[in-house]
Amino acid sequence: MVGSNRIVRGNKIVNPLGNADLDPQNEKELRRAIVENALEALQADVKEQTLFDQPI
Amino acid sequence: MLRVAHYLNQFFAGIGGEEKAEIGPQVRDGFLGPGRAIQNALAGRGEIVATVICGDNYFAENIEKASEEVIRLLAPFKPDLLIAGPAFAAGRYGIACGGVCRAVINQMRIPAVTGMHEENPGLDLYRNEVYIIPTEASARGMNVAIPKMVNLALRLATKEKIGRPSEEGYFPRGLLVNEISDQTGAERVVSMLLKKLRGQSFESEVPRPNYDHVTPAPRIDDIRRAKIALVTDGGLVPKGNPDEIEMRTATRFGKYGLKGVDSLRPEDYEVRHMGYDSVFVRQDPNRLVPVDVMRDLEREGAIGKLHEEFYSTTGVANIVETMRRMGEKIAEELKASGVSGVILTST
Repeated sequence: MVGSNRIVRGNKIVNPLGNADLDPQNEKELRRAIVENALEALQADVKEQTLFDQPI
Repeated sequence: MLRVAHYLNQFFAGIGGEEKAEIGPQVRDGFLGPGRAIQNALAGRGEIVATVICGDNYFAENIEKASEEVIRLLAPFKPDLLIAGPAFAAGRYGIACGGVCRAVINQMRIPAVTGMHEENPGLDLYRNEVYIIPTEASARGMNVAIPKMVNLALRLATKEKIGRPSEEGYFPRGLLVNEISDQTGAERVVSMLLKKLRGQSFESEVPRPNYDHVTPAPRIDDIRRAKIALVTDGGLVPKGNPDEIEMRTATRFGKYGLKGVDSLRPEDYEVRHMGYDSVFVRQDPNRLVPVDVMRDLEREGAIGKLHEEFYSTTGVANIVETMRRMGEKIAEELKASGVSGVILTST
């Protein structure tokens, strides 16, 4: 994303924080993992554009 | 013969260096310093009738006031055009040259040209309104820059048609101009591709926008007390699209309440976005704007609070300038609401 300094990888363009192939419980866990990664990124000291690329 | 005015800083006028950078605007008859080379390049087609000088600090610290003073000093000379600098890579001088050019263009209604290095901060401030010729970083480039500046200034003064930046040698001004071509788009793009494959130079008809560098925001120290907001460019809006957000090239954003909302329900929302297949988001809007998970984290105390509105616009075929303004407005509102962190979800 242009100009963003803290970037977290989502799942897919069509559902960045979800995965319709998973059952609802697992899908919510996936979403939570991505959001928690984003919260980690907000707490990280960043000097330049950084990708927080946790496996999902 | 055209009556030409020239603008110089204290250094190039021979008054002094940094110790004289505070002096206010003053005017001299005729040419001075680099004005001699301008006078030569005019080659009888024009004459420098006045040189205005101002200290770099004075101008950069009082741009509006200094511009007005320069105009007042110049008016009695009734110039037909103005040349400023060139400023090379000198930042305050570049800001002054651009500012003087803009002021005479807008207030005296005469053409103006300046020159500066591509990294001069004056370039981005004034390139949309002022013709600026690229120069080297230092005064070593004086002899190359001045004939180009004078040539463009004379053509502007005689109201000749000014061609593209690449043909005329000035910095692009961010204008889109319609042109008739005798080749179709397909022919032009294939010819560009062939040039690229042969390693030849070519000019794209769609220049890449200039993205500015954003300084990273400081980290959040205490996430357990932080208010976090959700923002998206995925086009999620309440049913009926109350803010009439466009499906492409959006010019608007909306903010939608989350008070008492534990999870976004599909029956309450629709997607206005023609850049991705929105079927999965319409089935479950939390896949784009993760309110359900944020509420869990809020309850558990992992974050202080979820901001009670989410912001939404549509990110497809957007104009960078429009999005910059939208982003600034959203950021301003979020800051005023005490938000200290944002999760921006994009499709």
